[in-house]
Amino acid sequence: MSGINDFVVKFATVNGSGSASANTIFAKTLFRMGIPVAPKNIFPSNIQGLPTWYEVRVSEAGHLARRDGIDLMVAMNPQTFNEDLAEVVPGGWLLYDSTLARLWQREDISVLGIPIAEMCAAKWSDPRQRQLFKNMVYVGALTALLDIDPEVLKGTVTDQLKGKEKLVAANMEAVELGRAYAAAQFDCPLPIHVRQAERAKGKIMVTGNDAGGLGAIYGGATVCAWYPITPSTSLAEAFEKYARRMRVTKDGKRLYGIVQAEDELAAVGVAIGGGWSGARAFTATSGPGISLMSEFLGLAYFAEVPVVLYNVQRGGPSTGMPTRTQQSDIISCAYASHGDTKHVLLFPANPTECFSMGAQAFDLAERLQTPVIVMSDLDIGMNEWVTDPFVWDDAHAHDRGKVLDAEMLDKFKELKGRDWGRYQDIDGDGIPYRTLPGTHPTKGAFFTRGTSHDENARYTEDGRIHARIIDRIRRKFETAATLVPKPEATIRDKSGKTGLIYFGATTPAVIEALEQLEREGVKVNAMRIKAFPFAKEVAAFCDAHEHIFVVEQNRDAQMRSLLMTEADVPGTKLIAALNYDGMPLTAAFVRSAVLKELRPAQVAAE
Amino acid sequence: MSYIAKPSAHHPALPKNALGLTRRDYEGTMSTLCAGCGHDSITAAIIEACFEMDLPAHRIAKVSGIGCSSKAPTYFLSRSHGFNSVHGRMPSITTGANLANRDLVYIGVSGDGDTASIGLGQFCHAVRRRLNMTYIVMNNGCYGLTKGQFSATNDKSSPSKKGEANPFEAIDLCQMAIQLGAGFVARSFSGDKAQLIPLIKAAISYKGFAFLDVISPCVTFNNHPTSTKSYDYVRAHNMASENQLDYVEHKEEITVDYAEGSSASIEMHDGSLLLLHKLDQQHDPRNADAALMTIRTNAAKGSVATGLLYISQDQQDMHDVLATVEQPLNAASMADLCPGSKALEAINARLR
Repeated sequence: MSGINDFVVKFATVNGSGSASANTIFAKTLFRMGIPVAPKNIFPSNIQGLPTWYEVRVSEAGHLARRDGIDLMVAMNPQTFNEDLAEVVPGGWLLYDSTLARLWQREDISVLGIPIAEMCAAKWSDPRQRQLFKNMVYVGALTALLDIDPEVLKGTVTDQLKGKEKLVAANMEAVELGRAYAAAQFDCPLPIHVRQAERAKGKIMVTGNDAGGLGAIYGGATVCAWYPITPSTSLAEAFEKYARRMRVTKDGKRLYGIVQAEDELAAVGVAIGGGWSGARAFTATSGPGISLMSEFLGLAYFAEVPVVLYNVQRGGPSTGMPTRTQQSDIISCAYASHGDTKHVLLFPANPTECFSMGAQAFDLAERLQTPVIVMSDLDIGMNEWVTDPFVWDDAHAHDRGKVLDAEMLDKFKELKGRDWGRYQDIDGDGIPYRTLPGTHPTKGAFFTRGTSHDENARYTEDGRIHARIIDRIRRKFETAATLVPKPEATIRDKSGKTGLIYFGATTPAVIEALEQLEREGVKVNAMRIKAFPFAKEVAAFCDAHEHIFVVEQNRDAQMRSLLMTEADVPGTKLIAALNYDGMPLTAAFVRSAVLKELRPAQVAAE
Repeated sequence: MSYIAKPSAHHPALPKNALGLTRRDYEGTMSTLCAGCGHDSITAAIIEACFEMDLPAHRIAKVSGIGCSSKAPTYFLSRSHGFNSVHGRMPSITTGANLANRDLVYIGVSGDGDTASIGLGQFCHAVRRRLNMTYIVMNNGCYGLTKGQFSATNDKSSPSKKGEANPFEAIDLCQMAIQLGAGFVARSFSGDKAQLIPLIKAAISYKGFAFLDVISPCVTFNNHPTSTKSYDYVRAHNMASENQLDYVEHKEEITVDYAEGSSASIEMHDGSLLLLHKLDQQHDPRNADAALMTIRTNAAKGSVATGLLYISQDQQDMHDVLATVEQPLNAASMADLCPGSKALEAINARLR
């Protein structure tokens, strides 16, 4: 199956040994040669000393899901030698540091031994350099083994070391050391190797967290409050990085305020305070943070305060797997907080959408006066994806929603035919008009509260009024369903009876699997959900199919539950295809989940 | 009671301030607290202070948490926006609101449960951030709204109404505030209007975190003869005379004259002046160590040191630390905030 521009390399190293930057350089170099790559960083919750892996799928066809079966293992960590060896496909290769030569118990693979430590010890005297350059030596060896253009590699190294230019030469010496050794000792290139291609041209390579932080900049966010938590930390840091670059006035003043809060409760509180006062405000967190923020989310829902959250999901429950990916906060986010609450969710499928949906989330939050949660995950958030470039329409007018200024408050009755009241549904869309503190000397002041209130924001214990208000908020959610991003359908067979619903990071695996199934004669119509509440197209798609697979990365089929409760889809029609081991999804998993139902005999035979 | 609407008509001869507003214009809805509740006196003092300072009510934001105290913002400044948030979380809401709009006056009202228990963390960090706000704790030593449980500020020596002993040490919020770096720390008593009003004015004028712990007896659950938060006890043990303070607005002429060496003046950020009197070697509120000593020596004797306990002349707030622009962030135009497609092209180029 593997071949030129189509294989998987895996690096097994030790956390904190400097391998991460070398591995990134490797992936980026292939990308710059025009080849789509999908690097996946499989790392421990640890700073130094534990095993870590970096998988790179190389696919000129553009299949960017993770793929099982390693063609070339760079085994640099003796701690994991046995499991790393087992992962190599028959006919594959294993490269290791042969300074301490080892007998590998596999006859069906080729072992490439390079005395890396010995070479580094001979070349450098500083122990830190001896350690760090080992990584660049194996990258150098790969340039020969995989026929990587050394000039492109040098460009990547130079960019990576921007500001530390004098290190470029030393790094390239290490590369050359490995390259020369491999060229002399092995039959280069291997049958799996790369060649210049066009498929990655025009694309960018970026993490979803970087993109999400940038989306907040373009969305006009000025208030960011956060508490460090893997895997969302780098999103707040990206916002700060871009803000420092693009949001500082000529006299050095900042057009933004970032608070690293004392905990997640405070982080979302600061964001809600900012939203209440008319700034675009957000926080970034992960599952445990959502749990802590829930009380405040209920307040923002009921008091109708705009706020944006990025939830970069990780493996749960509880502390779970902080460095692994899942889509397991769907229910907890859709209904975060006690009582009848409901929140708008957006499901980006790649970093490009973390940017665009991130920016859009602020428009939706202000339009709908409610929390909007961007449901990213560790796979999208922390891995570098080859993805479409960011696009911004300069004609886009940010939607600030129904906010009254002093002049509009004065003219309100004239314009709308009735007096203003904070929670009056004037337009019939369930969305009231809000005012910001400090707007008008005598009009528009009200008391924001989480206790029950009437249409004029006055405290009430009258159950009929309470029911009226929460019914109106439900109508607002019907409006929300018309404003959120529409789902994307791929119809392969107009009269087809089988459908498949997916969302978020599983997108590349699903697309690859469905293409393969089509080649095998199985046509499955698909729909990618991009938001909750569901647009009407979601229920229509479910109506049109007899059975629908729902692919998701959690144990309890959370999206399936949401389809049942919120789109009235009968559970008997919905077949759960669930992965929850914390690893990014493979096409093989999706294919087999579908075939198990449709062609059980074939699966049994395979 | 809340179902009795407050009459809006008022006497035509009520005195007006520089904005042409009467005290009534600074009031809120009718209080629903128990008759005689100390909180209502603090509410009255806030109304008086804002009226006398000629503050435009709509440029004030009232923020609170949960509890009897946190209901109080409904009873003053009905022309101001208010935010009754969740229990113990008023500081974070205020942090965000202040980040978004630095031009408003923020008056936070909290209780001893709201601040010293559930919200202790947020309180500490708002102090550390030098949030520019006036933070008032209406401190009655008990949970009123849930019927009288001890709060964390109740003195160990002070039993409940039913006579149960309080087994735990009290948290002294003023000492904490000083240690955490609050720029302005005062303690007062809801029954001492003459002291409370100038303190509120000074706190509002102070740029930075101004903390006011106001002992405010709970007439229903913590006003019994053995309580140290009762009207009688505080009146008998209030050391209000320890230092005395005048708040002088910049337009006023300074007429009070004290013996040389016993007074000092501090210029506030808005140009007003604080005149401190009866300074002596025991307590100069510009000295944090002396302030802590005053609080502790008084507490050891069973008395309560009130007045301005500590003031730092270095008036800095969160916006100075964060180096934000002078105009409120919520007034920035999207054109200034969104870098546009050209800048995005450059970012795309860097990611290739």
